[in-house]
Amino acid sequence: MTLTEKILSAKVGRRVSPGDFIVIDADLAYAHDGTAPLAIKVMKENERLYRVHDPSKVLLVIDHASPPPNVEVAKVHEQLRSFAREFGVRLFDVGEGICHQVVAESGLVRPGAVVVGADSHTVTLGALSAFATGVGSTDIAIAFALGKIWLRIPESIKVLLDGKLKPWVTSKDVILNIIGNVRADGLTYLAAEFQGTALKHLSVESRMTISNMCVEVGAKAGLFPADEVLASWLRIYGADNGDELSADPGAEYKDELNFNLSKLEPQVAAPPNVDNVREVSEVEGTEVDQVFIGSCTNGRYEDFLLAAKILKGRRVKEGVRCVAIPASRKVFLELLRDGVLEVLAEAGCFIAHSTCGPCIGAHLGLLGPGEVAVSTSNRNFVGRMGHRDSKVYLASPATAAAAAVEGRIVNPKKYLS
Amino acid sequence: MGLRIRGRAWKLGNNISTDHIISGKYKFKSISSLEGMIPYVFKEVIPGFHEKVREGDVLVAGRNFGMGSSREHAPRLLKLVGVGAVVAESFARIFFRNATNIGLPVITATLVPRITEDGDIISVNLEEGVITNESKDVQERFKPYPKEILEVIRCGGIIEYIRKYGSLPW
Ligand code: SF4
Repeated sequence: MTLTEKILSAKVGRRVSPGDFIVIDADLAYAHDGTAPLAIKVMKENERLYRVHDPSKVLLVIDHASPPPNVEVAKVHEQLRSFAREFGVRLFDVGEGICHQVVAESGLVRPGAVVVGADSHTVTLGALSAFATGVGSTDIAIAFALGKIWLRIPESIKVLLDGKLKPWVTSKDVILNIIGNVRADGLTYLAAEFQGTALKHLSVESRMTISNMCVEVGAKAGLFPADEVLASWLRIYGADNGDELSADPGAEYKDELNFNLSKLEPQVAAPPNVDNVREVSEVEGTEVDQVFIGSCTNGRYEDFLLAAKILKGRRVKEGVRCVAIPASRKVFLELLRDGVLEVLAEAGCFIAHSTCGPCIGAHLGLLGPGEVAVSTSNRNFVGRMGHRDSKVYLASPATAAAAAVEGRIVNPKKYLS
Repeated sequence: MGLRIRGRAWKLGNNISTDHIISGKYKFKSISSLEGMIPYVFKEVIPGFHEKVREGDVLVAGRNFGMGSSREHAPRLLKLVGVGAVVAESFARIFFRNATNIGLPVITATLVPRITEDGDIISVNLEEGVITNESKDVQERFKPYPKEILEVIRCGGIIEYIRKYGSLPW
């Protein structure tokens, strides 16, 4: 069986195959200030659903427009708080972090878990060897109330990663490269399962970046096996690390993709689509008005550490704004303790407490007409980060930091080799 | 919701995202009510769409309709402004789920999306799995929904289904 089939079969208690429709218990269900209000509305309108099946399996996170940039949003946040109080549900309030990151750090997700979130990037938790997938508000209302979710068992695709990345190339470049190859609908409905010799060099943080963007090619989940790398990470976050978990050797896959990481150079997704991926050399020289380092894709400790290597002793180019937002308070504090935030501040970055902020164009750095940004986030659709005539290039934290220093897109190689 | 739909076509291309349908930033502007977001539907793709669309109109798109964010506001708003069905060459999975859950029929077809022009009359029979572009006199069969999903659509959504039957399908 594939890892996906293994997790889901264990959960339902019988062998399931691709194409089967099942109703399954969710180990964890969560929503944020963008999607919870609609879920709560759905629950309120239906007395059968106005309850929480098991408060220990439900989380709410205030992250999307946080702290509230306007009065309407402030009211929405109050709604989440009062729901959390009423049902005894844990709420991660303003500043605690972006949902996928705080859920990963919560210790509540263990290998083999089934996790649903009312956000498409819930797939991030596939890095913890959980079957994690994004659903809508109605789905999450049902999961909150009944603890259940309906699913169609997906076919799985094997993605083999071999080799070792160069110091100036990151897992962001890996996933951008994959996206450029398979295109935006290349893995629709499929579960991507990552394997190969490269995995032992990929930290859980790096894996989260890869799993995170699996949804950008339509995948239902992006799973890594539970190995030694994951086990040591889980121990730090107090999660029961469970057993090793991986696909059976003879598992049947719909297809297999191969990527050699050793030769890869930095990749950039040029506007206006995530699959418009180029090698950095092809867009080198593009002038930049804003750099954003953060989001659930690349807002983790190792991301800022890498950016700081480039920014240390240098200045953000005059006329460029560099917005740096760690993905959680935990990440923020670790960066603070280790002096990384000081490096960023000295270089002239604008640093904020954890929030989605500019990633979704909610606040803290929107783009004006014609402005160009390099962002470590995951989407560059028209108008995503501001005016419809602004442009967003998606890149790694290294490429982003180098762009902040030079005011144009460059290969970060010269700063890191 | 009936299982037959008939209306004018609105032709769209590939990779129409939920951001195109309702941009995240408008969502936050009028976050407290779905009705408040109506003026922003397709704002940057089809200006004035919410005023021009009529009950039962059909969106006809290319590949990967509904890609991107999981915001359920997108299919809900389409249904709210009167869209009767979405026909596309393929759908992003979360959009497919969300649309099904709220009782908006989404149909995967190959021929009709290719030959349809804005304003053509489209009719859909969900039970039989037939879609017709009446203006072009072209008919295409599609794989009908499993019976559980058909029942969800007939009920008007999964919540209504649960209200009626007391549990989830399957
Ligand atoms: S950081 Fe961006 S992509 Fe991630 S959850 Fe927030 S808005 Fe979504």
